[in-house]
Amino acid sequence: MENTVVSATNFNAWFGDNHVVKDVTINIEKNQCVAVMGPSGCGKTTFLRCINRMHELIPGATAKGSMKLYSDEIYTMNPIYVRYKIGMVFQRPNPFPNLSIYDNVIAGYKLNGLKVPKADLDNIVQKSLTSAALWNEVKDSLHKKGTFLSGGQQQRLCIARAIAMEPEVILFDEPTSALDPISTSSVEQLFHELKEKYTLIIVTHNMQQAARVSDKTAFFYVGELVEFDDTKQMFTAPSDVRTQNYITGRFS
Amino acid sequence: MDKNKRLDLSYSQMKWETIFKRILSVMSAIIVIVVAGVLITLVVESWPSIKSLGIGYLWGKVWDPVNNIYGAYPFLIGTLLTSFTALIISIPFSYAIAIYLGEYNPKGWLSDLLKNTIELIAAVPSIIYGFWALFVLVPVVRSLETKIHVAPYGVGVFTASLVLAVMIIPYAAALGTSLIRMVPSPLKEGAYALGATRFEVIRSVILPYTRSGLFAGILLSLGRALGETMAVTVLIGNTSAIANTFKDIFFGPGNTMASVIANEFAEADHALYLSALIELGLVLFFVTVIINLIGKRIITRYTNN
Repeated sequence: MENTVVSATNFNAWFGDNHVVKDVTINIEKNQCVAVMGPSGCGKTTFLRCINRMHELIPGATAKGSMKLYSDEIYTMNPIYVRYKIGMVFQRPNPFPNLSIYDNVIAGYKLNGLKVPKADLDNIVQKSLTSAALWNEVKDSLHKKGTFLSGGQQQRLCIARAIAMEPEVILFDEPTSALDPISTSSVEQLFHELKEKYTLIIVTHNMQQAARVSDKTAFFYVGELVEFDDTKQMFTAPSDVRTQNYITGRFS
Repeated sequence: MDKNKRLDLSYSQMKWETIFKRILSVMSAIIVIVVAGVLITLVVESWPSIKSLGIGYLWGKVWDPVNNIYGAYPFLIGTLLTSFTALIISIPFSYAIAIYLGEYNPKGWLSDLLKNTIELIAAVPSIIYGFWALFVLVPVVRSLETKIHVAPYGVGVFTASLVLAVMIIPYAAALGTSLIRMVPSPLKEGAYALGATRFEVIRSVILPYTRSGLFAGILLSLGRALGETMAVTVLIGNTSAIANTFKDIFFGPGNTMASVIANEFAEADHALYLSALIELGLVLFFVTVIINLIGKRIITRYTNN
């Protein structure tokens, strides 16, 4: 499987004594959009946060098992480098309130103190905002604060911020759950374009969203990966009864 | 419950609501009246001095009660110099403690120990600092002064500032700690997810976010420094004459407004002397108010941006 970008093998994660991700094995291929769904508390967000090692920032959180980016073991890499290669977009839009739209896009460079010529930065900003379908809306107000934007625009700004680092993978943690339907559909639209260049892993509560945007879907239930298959297959003929119960709404 | 009974109950509930609101209003009004009263008595009591000495009192360089000459300038300088020196020394400690307790190590025995120690600093009566410094710190400063070739008094503005610096650390540190803990974690995570280190998160997310609050903490510390009396009175050397060079003012003995009042209040044997001392209190009152107003202006400007 030379196409595999992220692969977990017998991966486990804990909060203190609470075993939240149990023995997960999964291979995620390049330029795919993978939806991770499951009921609340099933470990899907924790699993996502393990991929770029955000999980370990929480006191008492631990993880064990193999998690690879291509052939490199993520847990022996420098976490700063891991997060540079694997971007993340959060549930609530979190642009930096003290920075302008422009500075928010290049926040990754500023934070890390990377020296980049101004012309290149201009380029990065335009390219990232264009990829995030936000350029036309903000090109005349690049130096205004990012917090003046609407929720949907802020979320696309956060996507632009992740893209600006040129990551391999972008993780989305319920990226539209704080957005209205129109903003949601504009972000979903974006997923189709983004997977041309990046590998997307999207945690979502929303089954319709998973069906709409993803190529493959992973179903988590009480910490286990129950099923991982092509989205179409999963929604029409799931192989596990728990998946079937979930997507037919027998529990949630 | 029938309708009329329920209606009666509603009325009595409303009555209590009104009484409670009145109690709160009266309590709040009393505080305002007390502070206004303090200000009025200060003005009234210092009126003889204001009338006979005029505005020149503020920059008069001589304080000579025997010859009935009163100038507040040496004490104004003494107060501002000790307070700001103390502030400059204390800020790095306050900020370091706030960042350590707020972000780096918010839980555990070491942070508990540090937190309790900081609280203890604020709880110790100031005379104890003065007394301790008089026997321990003064000899150290004296030998330092000998080394850098200034008159080795030991006591003076510099010594008072050192002790003052320690005493005012808790105010900025405590406020800073709670503000840093209130920085929303999605913001911090956003920065971590972009590959920021902890230091970079502190520098680029936490400090800008808490900027105005941290500044307010400094003001709180400054307010404490301006008014601190006992420790300063013991350590400052109590000289009302002002030296000619900055070096001598800084290392030599001096006086602050608060220390002069504390020292000379009991021996003020004629009306103008007493009135001039009370006017010092009035000046100190205004200095504190003015610095606070400037600070508030700066805070609102930062917050609006």
